[in-house]
Amino acid sequence: MTFAVRRHSVLPGFGIALGFTLLYLSLIVLIPLSATFLKTFSLTWDAFWTAVTAPRVLASYRLTFGASFLAALINAVFGLLVAWVLVRYRFPGKRVIDAFVDLPFALPTAVAGIALAAVYSANGWIGSLFAPYGIKIAFTPLGVLVALTFIGLPFVVRTVQPVLEDLEPELEEAAATLGATRLQTFTKILFPTLLPALLTGFALSFARAIGEYGSVIFIAGNLPMVSEITPLLIITKLEQYDYAGATALAVVMLLISFMLLLIINLLQWWARRRRAAV
Amino acid sequence: MSIEVKNVNRRFGNFAALDDVSLEVQTGELLALLGPSGSGKTTLLRVIAGLETVDSGQVLFHGEDATSQHVRDRRVGFVFQHYALFRHLSIFENVAFGLRVRPKANRPGEAEIRRKVMELLELVQLDWLADRYPHQLSGGQRQRIALARALAVEPRVLLLDEPFGALDAKVRKELRTWLRRLHDEMHITSVFVTHDQDEALEVSDRVVVMNEGRIQQIGTPQEVYDHPVNAFVYQFLGNVNLFHGRVDEGTALIGPAGLPVPAHGETTVGQAIAAYARPHDIELIRPRQGELGISARVEHLLAVGPIVRVDLRPDDSDAPIHAEIPRDQAARLALVAGDRVLVRPRQVRVFAA
Repeated sequence: MTFAVRRHSVLPGFGIALGFTLLYLSLIVLIPLSATFLKTFSLTWDAFWTAVTAPRVLASYRLTFGASFLAALINAVFGLLVAWVLVRYRFPGKRVIDAFVDLPFALPTAVAGIALAAVYSANGWIGSLFAPYGIKIAFTPLGVLVALTFIGLPFVVRTVQPVLEDLEPELEEAAATLGATRLQTFTKILFPTLLPALLTGFALSFARAIGEYGSVIFIAGNLPMVSEITPLLIITKLEQYDYAGATALAVVMLLISFMLLLIINLLQWWARRRRAAV
Repeated sequence: MSIEVKNVNRRFGNFAALDDVSLEVQTGELLALLGPSGSGKTTLLRVIAGLETVDSGQVLFHGEDATSQHVRDRRVGFVFQHYALFRHLSIFENVAFGLRVRPKANRPGEAEIRRKVMELLELVQLDWLADRYPHQLSGGQRQRIALARALAVEPRVLLLDEPFGALDAKVRKELRTWLRRLHDEMHITSVFVTHDQDEALEVSDRVVVMNEGRIQQIGTPQEVYDHPVNAFVYQFLGNVNLFHGRVDEGTALIGPAGLPVPAHGETTVGQAIAAYARPHDIELIRPRQGELGISARVEHLLAVGPIVRVDLRPDDSDAPIHAEIPRDQAARLALVAGDRVLVRPRQVRVFAA
C-alpha cells in the first residue's frame, strides 16, 4: 500500500520519519502513560472512586488546578508586560534582564522553592513587609500561587516576545492615521494580534504549573485540606507503597489536564483561524 | 486643501534626511515625490502625515500650522507600501476601523457605517470581498482595500508611500491608471512617493525630484523631463549616455573628434562640460568620408519590441554607449556585432562638468 503523500512529496523519507516519530513518542510518552492507566485498572471501580474523591484529595485538586490557573493568568498579564518592555524599549542592562527571564527554566526547582520560602516567610525580605498586615504568604495557598507564578513566567514571555518583535510598526501608524487613540490601538489591533501567542504562553504556563512539585512543596507548608497539592499526595501514597492509589490520582490529573489543554487548544485554533500571515 | 512645507530640517544622527525643504502642494493636485532611496522623499511624506517629527521648520495645512498636531488629529489618509492591513479583521472591518474608533459623540450608527463601507468598497471595486480576510487577497486587492480604509475617515489629504512598490509590473500599471482616474473623480489633494520615474511622470500633475535630502526640481512631468535643471534630474528621469567635452563659441565640442552640439545654459567658452544624450536620441551611421561622429564598434544587439538596443564601445573610451533605434532603421543599417559605426547624438543636454 502506498500513500498519496509519498508519491507527490518532494521531501523524501516520509515513511521512515513518521515511523520513527511514532516509535519515539511511544517510548517516551505513550507507553509510560498507558502504564499509569494499566496500574490503575488493578483497582476495583469502587476503590478507584473512593481513592480519587476523598475530601483531602478533592481539596488538593482545587488547590492544584485553581492556583495553576490563577498563576497562568497572572503570568499572561505580567509576562505580556515584560515582553512588551523587552521588545519596545531600549535601556541599559536590557540583555541582562532578558537573560533573567530564563532563570526559572534553568534553576533546579528545589532551589527555587527554598529561595522563595526563605524570602516570602514571615521573617523573610518580602514576607516581612506583608506580615504586619496579617498577610502570610509562605506556607499558605498564597505561597503555592507565588511558586507557580515563578516557574511559569518564562513561558509567556518567550512565546509573546517573537510575535511582538515581528509586529510591523506600520500597523500602529495606520491605526493612528485613522484616528485611533493609543488605548484603541492596543485593544483593537495589538491585543487581538498577540492573543494566539498569549494563549499558547498561558497554556504552557498552566500545564507546567499543574505538574510542578519541587518548588511548591518547600513554600506550601503542605497542610492537608489547605495547602497540599495533588502531586504531593501522589508522592505520599507512593511512600506508603499504595501504587494503585497513586496512579489513580495520576490518571485523574492526566484526564483533567488533557481536557483543559484541549479546550485551550480549541481556543487557540479559533483565535488563529483569522490570522494567517499577511 | 493645500499643504505647505516651510524650511523643514530633519536629521537622523549625522544623516540629513531633509535639508531645508520647502514645498507647496496645491488644492486638489496629485503630486509625486520622486527620488532614489535615501533621498528623503518618504521622510518628507511622513513629516506631512505627522508620523515623523521635524527638527526645525513648519508644516501648514490650509494655512494653519499643523507642525505640532498629532497624526490622529491631522485627518490624513495614509497608504503604506506593505498595505498594513489589520490581519485579524475582515475587509469590511478594516475599512470600518476609522469610523468605529471615533469618539462616541460623532461615531456614525451601524447602518451608516455599513452604507459608507460598502460605498467605499464599491469605489475600489472590491465590494464582493467584504467578508474575506486580508491574507486571502492578492497584493493589488490589498492595496485597494488599504486605500478604501484611508478614504473612510474623509481625509483632507491622501498620502501614499510607494503604494505600488510591492506589486508586480502588470498590476502596478493597472493600479496607477486606476489611481489617476480615481483622483480625477475625487479631487482630493494627494501626495505619493515613488522611485519609479515612469510612475511619477505618468500619474502625477506635478513632480518633485529629490536627492540627498534636497528638492532638485519641481514641475509638471513634461517640464522636468524636457527641461531638467541639473545633471541629476536628467539622469534620474531615464537612461543616459555621458560625453565629455568643452564649450566653444555657443557650441559644445564633445569627444576627441570635437563633434559640435548646441550648448545652452550658463556655460562659458573653454569650460569643461558633461553632455548627456538619451539612448533614443542617438543616431548611428555607417562611417563615410567627411562625416563627423564618435567612432565606435557594435558590441551587442538586442531587439525588444519595436526597438533595437545597441551596445557600443567607442574607440577612445571604456564607457559604453547605449543606443535605441527603431527596428526598420536597424534593418536598413543591417548591423551585426563587430561593425564599425559613427555615433551622433541628435539631442544633448549640456551641464557644467
